[in-house]
Amino acid sequence: MPVMTMVEAVNDAMRVEMRRDPRVVLLGEDVGVKGGVFGCSAGLWKEFGGDRVMDTPLAESGIVGAAIGMALYGLVPIAEIQFGDFIYPAFDQIVSEAAKMRYRSGGEYTVPMTIRTPIGGGIRGGHYHSQSPEAYFAHTPGLKVVVPSTPRDAKGLLLASIRDPDPVLFMEPKLVYRSLKEEVPEGDFTVELGKARLVRPGKDVTLIAWGGMVGMCEKAAAKCAEEGIDCEIVDVRTIVPLDEATILESVKKTGRAVIVYEAPRTGGFGGEISAILAEKAIEWLEAPIVRVTGFDTPFPYTLESVYLPEPGRIREAVLKVVRF
Amino acid sequence: MSPELVSVMGGTGIAASAPPPPLPPDRLLELYRVMLLTRLLDDRAMKLQRQGRIGFYVPAMGQEASHIGTAAALAPEDWVFPSYRDPGIALLRGVPVVELLHQCYGNAADHTRGRQMPVHYSLKKIRFVSISSPIGTQIIQAVGAAMAMRLRKEPLVAMTWFGDGSTSSNDFHTGMNFAGVYSAPCIFVCENNGWAISVPLEGQTASATMAAKAEAYGMPGVRVDGNDVLAVYAATKQAVERARAGHGPTLIETVTFRMGGHSSSDDASRYRDPAVCEVWKTRDPVDRFKAWLEGKKLLSAKQEQAIRDRCETELKEAIDAAEKVGPPAVSTMFDDVYAARTPQLEEQWSELKDALQRGVVAKGHHGEFPL
Repeated sequence: MPVMTMVEAVNDAMRVEMRRDPRVVLLGEDVGVKGGVFGCSAGLWKEFGGDRVMDTPLAESGIVGAAIGMALYGLVPIAEIQFGDFIYPAFDQIVSEAAKMRYRSGGEYTVPMTIRTPIGGGIRGGHYHSQSPEAYFAHTPGLKVVVPSTPRDAKGLLLASIRDPDPVLFMEPKLVYRSLKEEVPEGDFTVELGKARLVRPGKDVTLIAWGGMVGMCEKAAAKCAEEGIDCEIVDVRTIVPLDEATILESVKKTGRAVIVYEAPRTGGFGGEISAILAEKAIEWLEAPIVRVTGFDTPFPYTLESVYLPEPGRIREAVLKVVRF
Repeated sequence: MSPELVSVMGGTGIAASAPPPPLPPDRLLELYRVMLLTRLLDDRAMKLQRQGRIGFYVPAMGQEASHIGTAAALAPEDWVFPSYRDPGIALLRGVPVVELLHQCYGNAADHTRGRQMPVHYSLKKIRFVSISSPIGTQIIQAVGAAMAMRLRKEPLVAMTWFGDGSTSSNDFHTGMNFAGVYSAPCIFVCENNGWAISVPLEGQTASATMAAKAEAYGMPGVRVDGNDVLAVYAATKQAVERARAGHGPTLIETVTFRMGGHSSSDDASRYRDPAVCEVWKTRDPVDRFKAWLEGKKLLSAKQEQAIRDRCETELKEAIDAAEKVGPPAVSTMFDDVYAARTPQLEEQWSELKDALQRGVVAKGHHGEFPL
């Protein structure tokens, strides 16, 4: 099995699907000749040509809106938004158009498109190259929201997203883009949407995270293990639809939950998970549910490393719930 | 550079400047029938709204030539991305009026399953894309479809309709720009009816005309007498042929007038000078076309009455039929969010179903619904 970074795995997934399905097209800013600012589409323009790999004018709402029209017509577009922080001009087209087309047309019109966008901190990108806007989109009936945390999952989940009959917002954590290499299956390989992944089994506490924070939890869990605390880690993978069953099963087993996400705390998706645990697992809980998150500030440039959840703060939270 | 206003029939303050398009008499009469049916539908639907039988309506009165004349230049295989003031497009494409009424009633026979306010039609069988309320969103989608047509080398075009207010929207700008860049076979129809709810044209743009905006995007802009169905048709026909031949998009400005309010919730007399409305009454697109047909001896008073009677009967039967159909079942609320219900949707439906079955849900003002 080849070893890949997440960037290479995303590239491989798109190449596999563009070879397999002539309806698949890619459009976005600098995705063509340059191959994307992170290189996710490297080589695709050369292999598939400018008709299928389109460098677009600089307008996110235009990229998504045009992709919706293509999907309505019968293509399977992948729309790349260069940074998640730039996605807001397309908010209306994503939330009120792509996500609602099936419903408002009584199931007659569908928008099987994937919007790919890099999210999260870790590259010293400041406020406009570091945000994690998943919670805005998780609040949108009709839209699926996927955040892989490893190269293998990135490939499998992206292929599943492209083939999904509904619009999928596929958010790629920049923190993992090139920092992690692992074996990724060659050729056709999918990971089912709506299924969380048990990253590490443990008995004392459940760490729940997605994207770049899964790796942080693994580091924290390794430290905790040295202190005799056995952490279980659940990688949510699909924010919408959420795999509640796996999360509930784990928390019912450990009796403790720490939810880790890098977005601002207030209104973050971890609040939803916390509510689900309170509603459906309170009898099993031995301690309060604790969140370790970014802060309710804009994403800072210089102070990035203290804004982002890291193993130290996660360990503190683990100790708090274990010793409660 | 602003193009001249093109008119075939001429009218109050408008000089005839172009010959009529070579349309056979039966096609001309068909256009007249659809325009008249659209007008009568408007009249009946507004009354239904006033009587509380439907919840809302958006009158198209005054814009029949503008949207029907443009749509008439398309082939049936072409795609249409209309605004909420263009019901005649569906009627012209052969949709029975009862299907529009089912939608206005939001009943179980509605294609959109009672999920949208009246006039937000969605009719896939005629390639009529679901109507959105937010302004201009369909414009860039039409361009995307047109880009796909070009990519697939299919000789089709996409046409999109929007008002003067939409030209202020983001999606108008990006749509025009993308279409220009990709030479997409897309026709932009700006139905300039002078008003965006209560804001007049001069509050919307400082451009001399809407057609002038085309130049900045590298495409031709045409300005037609929007209440003259023949001028509208002729201009659109040229644009469609141009797009189909691979020469790219066109912006057509149809200069028209919204004779009614913005919607059944609006009273235009509060902000509009009645004298201006009186002038536009003399340019009524249905009356003008009727007079032109009569002048050409293509339509007799007897024929006109027969067409009118047929439309009235069709409408009456359609209203009766739509009123007989009950509301959609509550469970349908959870369908079509995704291709398949998520576990969350299943859970929420069973929660609601249980509450309804136990009678704990207060009855809404619309009465009871089947499960």
